This record gives sequence, C-alpha cells and structure tokens, in this order.
Amino acid sequence: MANAVPRTLDEWEKPLRDLEDGITKLKAVAVKEKDDSRAADLKYRIQELQRRHDNYLEVMYSQLGPWEKVLVARAPNRPYMLDYVNQVFEGFVELQGDRRYGQDHAIIGGPAKLNGSPVMVVGHQKGRTIQERQLRNFGYARPEGYRKAIRLFELAQRFSMPVVTLVDTPGADAGLEAESRGISEAIAASMLKMFSLTVPIISVIIGEGGSGGAIGIAIANRVLMFEHSIYSVIAPEGCAAILWRKPEMGPQAAEALKVTAESVLSFQLIDQIIPEPTGGAHRDPASAAQSLKVSLLSNLAELSSLSGPELLNDRANRFRNLGVMAIH
Amino acid sequence: MSKPGKLGEGAFIQCAKCKKIHFANEFEENLRVCSSCGWHHRISAQRRIEITCDANSFEELDQDLKSGNPLDFPDYDEKRVGAEDKTGLLDSIVTGIGRIDGNRVSLAVADFSFMGGSMGSVAGEKVTRTLERGLEKKCPAIVFCATGGARMQEGLLSLMQMAKTTSAAERCNRASIPYICVFTDPTMAGVLASYASVADVILAEPKSMVGFAGLRVSKQAGVSKVPDDFQSAEFAYNHGMIDKIVERKDLKSTLSQLVQLLGGHLLEQQEGDKLTTRGAKK
Ligand SMILES: [Zn+2]
Repeated sequence: MANAVPRTLDEWEKPLRDLEDGITKLKAVAVKEKDDSRAADLKYRIQELQRRHDNYLEVMYSQLGPWEKVLVARAPNRPYMLDYVNQVFEGFVELQGDRRYGQDHAIIGGPAKLNGSPVMVVGHQKGRTIQERQLRNFGYARPEGYRKAIRLFELAQRFSMPVVTLVDTPGADAGLEAESRGISEAIAASMLKMFSLTVPIISVIIGEGGSGGAIGIAIANRVLMFEHSIYSVIAPEGCAAILWRKPEMGPQAAEALKVTAESVLSFQLIDQIIPEPTGGAHRDPASAAQSLKVSLLSNLAELSSLSGPELLNDRANRFRNLGVMAIH
Repeated sequence: MSKPGKLGEGAFIQCAKCKKIHFANEFEENLRVCSSCGWHHRISAQRRIEITCDANSFEELDQDLKSGNPLDFPDYDEKRVGAEDKTGLLDSIVTGIGRIDGNRVSLAVADFSFMGGSMGSVAGEKVTRTLERGLEKKCPAIVFCATGGARMQEGLLSLMQMAKTTSAAERCNRASIPYICVFTDPTMAGVLASYASVADVILAEPKSMVGFAGLRVSKQAGVSKVPDDFQSAEFAYNHGMIDKIVERKDLKSTLSQLVQLLGGHLLEQQEGDKLTTRGAKK
C-alpha cells in the first residue's frame, strides 16, 4: 500500500469523512438553490455521493484487517459500557466501592433488569471527555475495581442473579500504586471468584479485551465478542516492543497475535460473535445494543436449564479444554 | 541478572551480583547462592527437584507434552527448538509426583531457561494437571514459579491458561487440597495475576523479581520514579502479598512443615501409603 499505516480510526476513515463533507457542502448549496433544474441536478449529485459513501463504508468494513479492527475497537466514539447499559437494561443502580481501600471508576457495576429479570452487570467503562478519561483512568482498572467486582459477584450469588460482564480495557493498571495494592492478586482473585459462582455468567468483549485486565472479569459460561472487538494476550504495540524492539510495528503484531473475533472464534476460545451494523457499532449504537440484548437473552435462556452445580462445572469445563498441544 | 561467568576450565564461577569469584563446586553445593552476598542465582528445574524432594522419590509425568505453533507465529518454531536444545526440556515447566520428608506432593517446577519460563498451552496444562493430581491423589500441590508471564507467541491461547490454571486452584480450594506456591526469580505478569496469587500459602526466595508488568511497561504507565525494591519479593512481602520470604536452603524444611500442617487431613484418604514411610527424616 502506498499510504502509511493509519494510527487512529480517524486517519483510517478520512476518505469516508471527505465524502461526508462533500455531501454536507452540496446539501448546504441545494437548500439555497432556486432554479428547479439545478436543484434536481444537485439532488442527483448528493444521491450519487451518498451511494459512493455507503458503498465505500460497506466494502471497508467487510474487509477489516487485524490492525483496522484494533483501531475500530479503540475508537473514542465506539459505544462504551454505560451506553449499552442504558439501552439494554432497565433500572441500573450503580453500586460503588470495594469496602477495602478505595474507589475505582474503570470497573463499574450494579444490578439492573434485563427483560424484567434482575441481573448483575459489571464492566469496564472508558471516558470520552478529558475529565472523564482521567476519572476512568483510561479504562485501566486498579485493584479496587477488581475487588469491587468480586463484591458484586458475591451479591449476585447471594441473590441468585445471573452475571453479565462487559469487557473493554487496554489492560489493568500497572503503576506503582496498583502494584503496591496487589493488582495481580486482585485479578487472580476475581477469576477465582467467578469460577466459584453457581449463577449463569455471560461475558461480552465490547471493545478492547486487553490481557489480564480483561480476563480478570471474563470467566463465564459463554464468552461473546462483538464483530469488531479485539481480544489479546498483550497490546500489539507492547508485543512489538518486546519481540522486535519496535512498538511502531503494532500492525504486524496485531496480525501475528490473531486478535480479531473471527480468529479467536476459530480457536474456539469464544462461543459466538455478535454482528455489528454496517460501518461498526459506533455508526448505529442502538442497533448494536439491540443485537447485544438479543444475544444475551438467547444465551441466558439456554443456560437457564442448568442447575447451580451444573453451571459451575460447565464453566470449569469450558476453560479446562482450552489450549493447543502436541505429544512428543 | 547475567549468567554467572565462568573462568578457566569452569572451575570458578563469578557472582552476577557482587562479582565475587567462587569455586564452582562450592557454589553448587551452596545451592547456587552466593556465600558472600547471599544472592540467589537461578537454578534449573532438575536441580530444584533434587533439593526439594526426597532422594529418588520424584516421578516425572507429562514430560511428552510439547507446544505446536497454532498461530503460525513468526520465529516461534525456531525459538522453541533452540530452547529445547539448550535445556533438554520440551517446555518451561517440569511436573510430577514426589515426596518431601516422606509426604506425597504433586509438584510443578518452572525452568526460566526455557523461553523465560513463559506460560503457553503446555505450561498451563501441566500446572492444571499438577493441581488436579493433588485432587486425585489427595495430596498437597506445590508450584515453583520462574517466569516472565504468558507466552506471547501463543496469543490468546496463553491468556486462557490464566483462567484454566485458576479454575484448577479453585477446585483445590473446594476440596481442601493445600496448594503452595513458591515465587522464585522472576515471578511476573500473567502467571502472577493467575494461579500464583491464589495459592493457600505463598513463599518467595529473597530478592526474586515479583511484579505485574515489566518495569518498561510500568514506566509507560506513568511510573517515573520507583522505590529501589519495586517489584521485588521484599516489596510484595511488605505490601502483604507474600506469607514468608525463605532462603533456598530452608525451603524444603518450610515446605515440609506446611505440608504436614495443612495436609494432615489427607493422609487417611491416600491410598497405597504406608504410615511408616511418612514423617521419616531423610
Ligand atoms: Zn554475590
């Protein structure tokens, strides 16, 4: 390719935005146009640009490579956890605090209703504005976030509520404070707790499934991924930095790490891909939310026939068989 | 940490920490701990088993498991073959059943010299089976960690090993099977954030590196100035993450005590064990 590899979704979608700008300008002209035949001509040109735009969008999004998926998964206008919570669930009450040390806003959660039945929703929340990004620590959860999650999982168990987790993090916080308060232990303990529950658990990777920070709340009977989300053992840039000493080789690492939902499904590490609207979830959040709801309901319905002990065993068995080995 | 340097015909070894030169045989006899500064140099899985288990009591299991290259990851095959040639192992962890002062234990020992002790499908499977053997044979499970974390070359399959091993630990919890983890240099990232941190008892060798992310990553995360002992066993201990820091020479006796204290209830459930062999000092 002649063009440099795009580093953000914005760069990558530039041709689309150019078309959109063209359409906006023509529309502005068309509104003022008095002459009927010239107005008809403008109308035609707008329709033609719109057709090219839609066509381009469909083609672009049907051929997303691993790196483009990384860009889409990280897009700042992609729906975040609370966007889904507001559209998929009713009456969400956020419960806060780990009752141990402090407050974390990167992992949030609480009870809500899904089609009238109570469930416990826990997930990563990123921020959009500068202030909100800082509040959410850019989606990097601290130990307190995982310990709050553990508390909410215990509540779900006590009150027999299915658990839904929505995963969207670049990774867990690796700073001095997080290390001091045992970020590793917090992640491990959260996984351990999820394995001990006798209620159904469904985890959905909605954006970035970043390494330990992601799997810390992704122990479930069913693990689903949105079509353009990613799930990876390490951030592609981090992998490139370690293996090749070149963080700028993220696109190559994304390819090698097989981070796309399609790849992950082919290794049977997830159970289902939730389709996204043409052009990605960020172009039609309501439709993405609807797909999520349908998927959650059908999976919960399937799990409803299992007893508590069966759910626990099903979850252990699901993860027990993951891995690819040979015999010497 | 650099490899101990060899002088002459290998009869001398230099401490990587204080640079003091030791007779190779004395250094080995001292379990590769510098007699001058106390630095614990890394040891192979084989040597670890020798100094942990009763003589001739260890039976290696699952030694035939090896990784494929499921992702077709660049250079992975070459790296793995190189590690096999260097170590004589097929992956980064050696597992089996052994005895400590007569008491049966299910043991897993990581070897850092095999691709940095990294955890891919095979290491995850072998740790899982080690914990499951504890369940099956009604004996405590002990895991020695020495790892940089999950193995990138197996991508998400490696991340899933964090879940798989933690699930096995959870099953041990429910069945009251004691699970002891020993952090040796280094115990990091995906291993620390999974089965290692949920053990019933956590011991560590002095000055082992223990942490969630490499210092490089931590610095990217905005950590500019860190305490001198950041990401050491002592740092983790001081923050309540480790039960006890134990010198290498004392590890066997500490493990033996713990196995007896926590695993006593299992003895009558064990089959084929003669009481007379138990508790006997070597
Ligand atoms: Zn020394």
